[in-house]
Amino acid sequence: MIPASFAYARPTTVDEALQAIAAGGEDVKIMAGGQSLIPVMRLRLAAPETVVDLTKVTELRGVREDGDSLVIGAMTTHSDILRDPLVARYGKLIAEATETVADPAVRHRGTFGGALAHADPAGDLPAVALALDAEFVIAGPGGARRSVPASAFFVDYLTTALEEGELLVEVRVPKLGEGWGVRYEKFNRVAQAWSIVAVAAAVRREGSTIAEARIGLTNMGSTPLRATATEQALVGADVSLETVTAAAAQAAEGTEPSSDLNAQADYRQHLARVLTGRAVRAAAGL
Amino acid sequence: MTLTDEPTTAEAPAKEVGNARLRKEDARLITGKTTWTDNMVLPGMLHMAFLRSPVAHATISHLDVSAAKDRPNVVAVFTGQDFKDEQGTIPCAWPVTPDMVNPGHPSIAVDTVNHVGEAVAIVVARTRTAAVDAVEAIDVDYENLPVVLDMEEAVKDGADLVHASTSSNTSYHFVFDAGEAGTGSDTEAAFRDAEVTVSRRFVQQRLIPAFMEPRSAVVGVQGDNFTLWSATQIPHILRVMGALTTGIPEHKLRVVAPDVGGGFGGKLQVCPEEILALLVARRLGKPVKWTETRSESLMTAHHGRDQIQYIDVAARKDGTVTGLRVRLLADMGAYLRLITPGVPALGAFMFPGIYKFPAYRFECDGVFTNKVPTDAYRGAGRPEATFAIERIMDELAVELDMDPMELRRKNWIGAEEFPFTTVAGLEYDSGDYEQATQAALELLGYDELRAEQKQRRESGDPVQLGIGISTFTEMCGLAPSRVLGSLSFGAGGWEQASIRMLPTGKVEVVTGSTPHGQGHETAWSQIVADELGVPFEDVEVLHGDTAISSRGLDTYGSRSLVVGGTAVVKAAEKVVAKARKIAAHLLEASEDDLEFSGGTFSVKGTPGAGLGIQEIALAIFAAHDYPEGIEPSIDAEAAFDPVNFSFPHGTHLCAMEVDTETGFVKIRKYASVDDIGTIVNPIIVEGQMHGGLAQGIAQALYEEAIYDADGNLTTGTFVDYLLPSAADLPTFHTGNTVHAATSNPLGAKGVGEAGCIASTPAVVNAALDAVRHLGVSDIRMPLTPERVWRAIHQGGDGGDRAAEGSNAYGGARTTESGIEEAAQ
Repeated sequence: MIPASFAYARPTTVDEALQAIAAGGEDVKIMAGGQSLIPVMRLRLAAPETVVDLTKVTELRGVREDGDSLVIGAMTTHSDILRDPLVARYGKLIAEATETVADPAVRHRGTFGGALAHADPAGDLPAVALALDAEFVIAGPGGARRSVPASAFFVDYLTTALEEGELLVEVRVPKLGEGWGVRYEKFNRVAQAWSIVAVAAAVRREGSTIAEARIGLTNMGSTPLRATATEQALVGADVSLETVTAAAAQAAEGTEPSSDLNAQADYRQHLARVLTGRAVRAAAGL
Repeated sequence: MTLTDEPTTAEAPAKEVGNARLRKEDARLITGKTTWTDNMVLPGMLHMAFLRSPVAHATISHLDVSAAKDRPNVVAVFTGQDFKDEQGTIPCAWPVTPDMVNPGHPSIAVDTVNHVGEAVAIVVARTRTAAVDAVEAIDVDYENLPVVLDMEEAVKDGADLVHASTSSNTSYHFVFDAGEAGTGSDTEAAFRDAEVTVSRRFVQQRLIPAFMEPRSAVVGVQGDNFTLWSATQIPHILRVMGALTTGIPEHKLRVVAPDVGGGFGGKLQVCPEEILALLVARRLGKPVKWTETRSESLMTAHHGRDQIQYIDVAARKDGTVTGLRVRLLADMGAYLRLITPGVPALGAFMFPGIYKFPAYRFECDGVFTNKVPTDAYRGAGRPEATFAIERIMDELAVELDMDPMELRRKNWIGAEEFPFTTVAGLEYDSGDYEQATQAALELLGYDELRAEQKQRRESGDPVQLGIGISTFTEMCGLAPSRVLGSLSFGAGGWEQASIRMLPTGKVEVVTGSTPHGQGHETAWSQIVADELGVPFEDVEVLHGDTAISSRGLDTYGSRSLVVGGTAVVKAAEKVVAKARKIAAHLLEASEDDLEFSGGTFSVKGTPGAGLGIQEIALAIFAAHDYPEGIEPSIDAEAAFDPVNFSFPHGTHLCAMEVDTETGFVKIRKYASVDDIGTIVNPIIVEGQMHGGLAQGIAQALYEEAIYDADGNLTTGTFVDYLLPSAADLPTFHTGNTVHAATSNPLGAKGVGEAGCIASTPAVVNAALDAVRHLGVSDIRMPLTPERVWRAIHQGGDGGDRAAEGSNAYGGARTTESGIEEAAQ
């Protein structure tokens, strides 16, 4: 298909981008790789007045350290992430999930920030960001910056805390170093398909005890979710098949997944329990 | 791995046939350095875009295109009213019964729409963008009519009708009864006397051919002459049918299929859009182009399969089969396209498979629904038959508590029995089912996997293992013209070839069998290189343009090599015969004293004296010195009409892991040994097998075209219509046995469809074998993880919720009913 006509801006700095967004009229779409936006425009499900393409905003691309945090620029591509040494060292959960995103062509253009700002609950990175308690750094009109925690960033289906005129600049995630084990357990029918359900788990062991557990659920509702009951059951528990299995049995608590061609809601909840068990077992080194 | 009957001699001269040549056409096809139809640009060319119906069944109550006409760069906007007197009907070439009801198939809707995606208006503009934009300015209202989707409901008395002009939704009732045909005994008696019967209801879900290159058509206008370039499998048939449909005289219409990017039967069609492109070009006197989008393709190009199969088998307690009954409901969709009704009828003859059933009866109802028409899709009738028979042989084995391979072995045709006339009246040419089976069992490592299966069962492993069998045959190489005539098919099955010897000794081969990715250019070059003794590189193969190749019947039904390749052999024999007379003249010898070998005529017993056929090509071009009474040319043309189909066969084995916790199925190992007769190019064979296996496995595991309750195609993009990639498929362990076909001098049997026909039941049988001990009786295709999980956790076939989402087949009911219930 051919998209409806639109105005196109390609800024080179964040300030220029903010100005282009402000000047873009009623319906502005920010293109951060275009792997979701372009298909919906081609199908004419979206027909924005202006597209602001961030591809040339180089200050938004790259990964750096800041104390205990990894700071990932919003325009860092998935393939950048997979090649980045800091991510390899401190962001293994992000790397594992990113590896499963679509196919090499999509990972080459699609971006970390774009995937998060799109906030598709079936996307792989929102649940990871939520599990990691990521901080979203947002620039507003005039350049003012604010920070939003992941728990407040994902508002609804394809809806985030980003206001009109705002731009996601970077995402800060805690470094997961020594003692942490991770696993992104993705369940889909073919390699390039979206997750039916996926579970992002990060577990820190102290000896034979689980000290911390972070579990994010992909596609178990209109936003990414935390498996809070499971996390609570795991913290302080002995690392054993029994405790993990018992804790995982609570993974679907409070979820309201949708029913679609790939799965009905009760099956999704079943999968969430099974996959959480598998993800936590792997992350805990069982 | 190849098992041959005859040892090859060490001194045999290097032959091109059998050589694993890399395909000479691939560089340009893969890099795109060629003319795909959508690359065509003609001076002043206009672009067409369609307004398509968003509803499945409605009358068009209001249609105003005036705003669209006012849009920038729009040249014209047409509706069905503009073409109703000249569009005729999309042809249906296969009236399978004399009283088949064909309500006609307008290319563009006039008063009513009968499926989502049907063309309602055409915008013609100077750019494609302008055409697409203006479509949105068309004002249209629909008055909805009841939507007919479920075949079992559609055939009931008083059902809502797809076509108001018909008295029912049944287009035809086709019967083949072996007792009546004299090819078998009485089927009812066989069932009356049966010691054991097994009945099943299987669903062949609707599939989408999903060729790589979307459909595209360009029409050029030269006065009252028209040239239609199209991404089609069938330029020759399209020319005839296009002329008959539009009234453009056949000699004023040239059709060109340039390089075409796949078809799988999906481009074996006279498409409404091709007809409309001709009508618009004629109306405006201007060249036009139409190229579909992928979503347009999924929604409006014809679909495949879509049958409900009721099958009963009768047997003795020792496993000997005594009778087979099949009744099909076959979804035609809203209209009959080129061979829509013939696809299930072609399958009628394959349900008995490789087994010696003494009695057989087949009935099929073609049923109209408010969906896009079905038509040919890789295998066309034979995958459906093979699935049903190979699935029910497993069910019979379970009923009798027999090993499924033993049951097959007890009933299949022995190697010594060929040629064998089946209960369906076909004469199977050659083969050895035991030999192929033994080779496949070894390739798979059958015994080790059975041991592992036992171990996993005993330990209650969450991942269970199963092995599925498909011992299949099929009929291909379409086809003997007289047989096609007896089946009421509208055309013959011959093929044409000509060979042109150029002055420099290079060779042009013109084939009527039009490739769309199969590798004809390479294979034909190999054949001609051997026949004429010229270098492989000296052969060019021309195809696809009715002005160059005036006669042909194109590519489908695994016919190209078997029929078209044989025509090339026949043409080459004529070239050699003509060259022989000239050689004799120039060598001053008697024709009878000449030998032709390695491209050179030589005089027996006179070493050294010889004349190459490429030299003769130059000599006859100059024509200064040639015999009296013959024409100055060694070019030749030949047509070949086979006397029989060819019958590839093979044994396919699938080892499947089933994760009982999630329902996810994963092929552990796949092994197949196919007998496709003589192999011209092993690499091409391997490629055809891999592609066919991928498509057959995809039917079992991934693909289903799903309509919602309103008749909207919900699998309208590749996000929802799942195709596997290499990442999802296992390594294929393939092999061949070789029993030459008896119906053509090459000894070749078709290979294009074999993998797709054979693999689907092997995969489903494997999954069931893994979990049958857990109480699972059947799982409907595709085997989605949810369906498998529900079957495991609920037992049986998983119940209605396992079939949720695909609402065209009456809920679950996958297994419990056979023909008896269907008849009620």
